[in-house]
Amino acid sequence: MVEIVTQSNVSAGDFETQDLLLNVGPQHPSTHGVFRMVMTVDGELVKDVIPYIGYLHRGAEKLCETMDFRQGIGFMDRTEYLAAFNAELSYVMAVEALADLEVPERAQWIRMILIELNRLSSHFMFMGAFGVDTGVFGTPFIYAWRERETLIDLFEEVSGDRMMYAYFRPGGVAWDVPVNFVERVNEVLQSAEQGISDFDSLLTENEIFVARTHGVGAISAERAIALGMSGPSLRASGVDMDIRRDQPYLKYDQLDWDVVTGEYGDVFDRYYCRLLEMRESVKIIRQCLDHLKAGPILPEKMPRMLRTPPGEVYVRTEAPRGEYGVYMVSRGGNRPHRLKVRSSCLSNLQALTELTVGQYVADAIIILGSIDIVLSEVDR
Amino acid sequence: MIGIAKSMARTFQVFLRGPVTRNYPDYHKPIPETDRAFPLLLWDTEIDEPFCTGCHACERACPVECMTVLMKDNPNHKSLDGTSSRRKIIDKFWIDYARCMRCNICVEVCNFDAIAMNNTWEGHETSVYDRKDLVMDLQQLLSQSRDGNINEWVPVLGQTNEEINEKPEATDESKSSEG
Repeated sequence: MVEIVTQSNVSAGDFETQDLLLNVGPQHPSTHGVFRMVMTVDGELVKDVIPYIGYLHRGAEKLCETMDFRQGIGFMDRTEYLAAFNAELSYVMAVEALADLEVPERAQWIRMILIELNRLSSHFMFMGAFGVDTGVFGTPFIYAWRERETLIDLFEEVSGDRMMYAYFRPGGVAWDVPVNFVERVNEVLQSAEQGISDFDSLLTENEIFVARTHGVGAISAERAIALGMSGPSLRASGVDMDIRRDQPYLKYDQLDWDVVTGEYGDVFDRYYCRLLEMRESVKIIRQCLDHLKAGPILPEKMPRMLRTPPGEVYVRTEAPRGEYGVYMVSRGGNRPHRLKVRSSCLSNLQALTELTVGQYVADAIIILGSIDIVLSEVDR
Repeated sequence: MIGIAKSMARTFQVFLRGPVTRNYPDYHKPIPETDRAFPLLLWDTEIDEPFCTGCHACERACPVECMTVLMKDNPNHKSLDGTSSRRKIIDKFWIDYARCMRCNICVEVCNFDAIAMNNTWEGHETSVYDRKDLVMDLQQLLSQSRDGNINEWVPVLGQTNEEINEKPEATDESKSSEG
């Protein structure tokens, strides 16, 4: 006897559906580097995300243990190539803390200006790439590159290289800035401010962009802290935490600026926090330029080969993507016995699964983009 | 809708600001004097021999070990009726440009100011078909300085602008502003 199934007996719910394993990366333009995530998707909804990292692992920390303190600076550049000044700064500050070096005033102000300019260039990079992620193809990307180019030209004039600066030294900076440095920074800041307001009207006030990003990938302040997020990604959730203010290094405590926090911790807030932070950076640099006076840039008596007494130190700074910490152990001598880099991107990436599960596949890309990872820093 | 209209207005405004790009093969971006490309050896035009004495200081300090240095007795030394005061001189020198990470350390450790970072490099000069062609020998490293095609910029660690200005001959700092 054959049972005849008629149309009326079947509803859509009776069909068995299968989850689909969707592999994104490692060679995928929207993963911002070589990053692979395996998503389990149920139709359009993401049920699970497994991130795979390590494609860009070069062992920079271990390499630095075979290098003396001057040689290690070049490798620190390569751990975070979009904000190399910030990466260098953590390293040289760790060496200075171990060797008990006093940094001259002028060198500190130069450092302040350069790391804040580097924050601007890194955030411009984020704006452009994030625009592409959300589907605003082309225009913001090109505008961001235009602004970043002026910043990078300035870095080239100062340090000699566009991305791998190797300019900070334990005790100060390697050589002096060009004589027209202040005018050049003012020029660059003017164009950067113009660029920021471009982004305001291109993205922030654009209804389509806001509808695309608002309420997507939200995370609460408690979960963000529990997952170890830091930087603008954490502040977007409303956590008022900034190492520049809470544990001031260099001269941040002498300046007048505000910590930007968001409210909902969604993709839009993470974007908007960065945008507002850029305005604060411009404010900081303007004040730094007033303080920049002539003077020495390295301590008087620097040995040819720097040696540190035994000890261990953890130095953390606020890099554009969050807390960039360097843990350094010295057993005396001219090289670190152990070096560990606390990468902000790796910690921020922990939140990816929690942010993405339950969202649409198309949103997974903008959530990943909004965390603003640099794979060289994740893998080191 | 207002936001989209504003975005479009801003795009047209940027359109009127003029181009920021250059027609590359015809117009090149001026390279700042401080620019750092790959290391080159410098030529002593007074005595007509390289500055380098092959002391191995750069080879030892190089973090990526891209250099190989061999020295020899200088045949042009004064004791041999020559004109040079260098007892030893460079015999063979290789730099692997594929390994070099342009950290400037070799320039800083050099006691004879014999090595400088190339600041005329625009990015296409080292295009080769074979990776081993990037290992430069002594003649290739010296030729640019011997022909006078380099305005070498050898920074002194920790030297401030005021200290540079005290010396009368070093007044070319303003060149780095054109970038």
